[in-house]
Amino acid sequence: MPKVKIPTPLRQYVSGNSEVEVGGDTAGAALGDLTDQHPDLRQHLYTGDGKLRSFVNVYKGDEDIRYLDGPDTEVSDGDELSIIPSIAGGSAGGRCR
Amino acid sequence: MQTRQPLVESPNGAVELSNDEISRYSRHLIMPEVALDGQKQLKSAKILTVGTGGLGSPLALYLAAAGIGTLGIVDFDVVDESNLQRQILHGTSDVGRPKVESARDRIEDINPNVNVVVHEEALTSENALEIFADYDVIVDGTDNFPTRYLVNDACVLLGKPNVYGSIFRFEGQASVFYAEEGPCYRCLYPEPPPPGLVPSCAEGGVLGILPGAIGTIQATETVKLILGIGEPLIGRLMLYDALGMSFREMKLRKDPDCPVCGENPTVTELIDYQEFCGIPQATAAEQANVVPEISVSDLKDKLDRGEDIFVLDVREPHEYEVANIGAKLIPLNELPERLVELQTNGSEIAVHCRSGARSARAVKLMQEAGFGNVYNVKDGILAWSEEIDPSVPKY
Repeated sequence: MPKVKIPTPLRQYVSGNSEVEVGGDTAGAALGDLTDQHPDLRQHLYTGDGKLRSFVNVYKGDEDIRYLDGPDTEVSDGDELSIIPSIAGGSAGGRCR
Repeated sequence: MQTRQPLVESPNGAVELSNDEISRYSRHLIMPEVALDGQKQLKSAKILTVGTGGLGSPLALYLAAAGIGTLGIVDFDVVDESNLQRQILHGTSDVGRPKVESARDRIEDINPNVNVVVHEEALTSENALEIFADYDVIVDGTDNFPTRYLVNDACVLLGKPNVYGSIFRFEGQASVFYAEEGPCYRCLYPEPPPPGLVPSCAEGGVLGILPGAIGTIQATETVKLILGIGEPLIGRLMLYDALGMSFREMKLRKDPDCPVCGENPTVTELIDYQEFCGIPQATAAEQANVVPEISVSDLKDKLDRGEDIFVLDVREPHEYEVANIGAKLIPLNELPERLVELQTNGSEIAVHCRSGARSARAVKLMQEAGFGNVYNVKDGILAWSEEIDPSVPKY
């Protein structure tokens, strides 16, 4: 089964796991299975109309699926998908106003 | 030794090192990758660090020690006790001082040869291009999305590299966004998350050592760019996981449709980044979602008078351990399933958290579940500590 690596900010929605095994032949199906297993995660990955949020990138290995076949990117046993959300933390103070 | 065009040309006699500087930098001078010429390049380099906090601290300390000639620092904040767990530029005796002042003193102590340029102001769309114009490399150590997009766009517009680092809890990201040679931050993330969906370090916490790891990667990349040595992180995103103690590397590509560095850019000047990041809209949405509040002093009065009011705490158990006022604890994410435990027979309910944000969501959720007389304790346990009982620690 492919596995999905879960980044720290989203682990609270997948029972604290850093990695989840999923079913599915494509990246889209694998993420669908992931959110079926963990419904709380859905709104953090997808917009209301079912599109992957633009501050969440999904990689197969080290390639962004946007530059492969998007949600149709094939995945198979042992493949690793990674969810990489944008994070802003650094230092308080550089803030613009 | 050079693998690419150095960002700062060899000054060829325009910059010399004193004998003191030669002694100070001897460990660089004996390395062929730096040597005398490279050290002079570092001395003629002008680097700007945006933020002197978690990432800015290790950055500024190492860049100063390495002999960067001009180090600009932008910050408008003052040193707070809660900064000291990770912001190693500042010390206990600096609490209450402007960060740029304490940073300047520390940098000058480490290396008096550095010309420290202080910008004690917030970075804005009005001043960013002017401030950045004087520098060779901009290093982004900020803590929020509007400033990250502002730094990115200003760097793209000026053709300067943006050495990026970002941290959360135990995880960090680093890259070099240099639109002249590769992707920019917007190629990676075209849009910011809506406010509130991604927790900040103030809400989510951060391991104090984590910015040390990421900030030193940023400092390393900065020095490599100046000298033109090695392989820069252009087109690569480095991910660091402190808990798993692993580094992973993802490929980044330039997006031909990128609104700022793509083939037909639509962003050709700096915009309103608060608006871009949805901050005014969020404020309006928050106003529409306003929930009834109770101040800590009113709550105290009611409790003292023995009125029928039930106090609920929606923080996490590990926070309850740090400080509590004896309220019933049901963490916010467990609340929907545990509402049955709140059979309060119509008595008033006051809900608190640390500062009032999570408890406002809890009040909303309880109202939707049919609870009446539910109040959000304004400013949370922090206000309780401040106004009612100073023996309750603030965290």
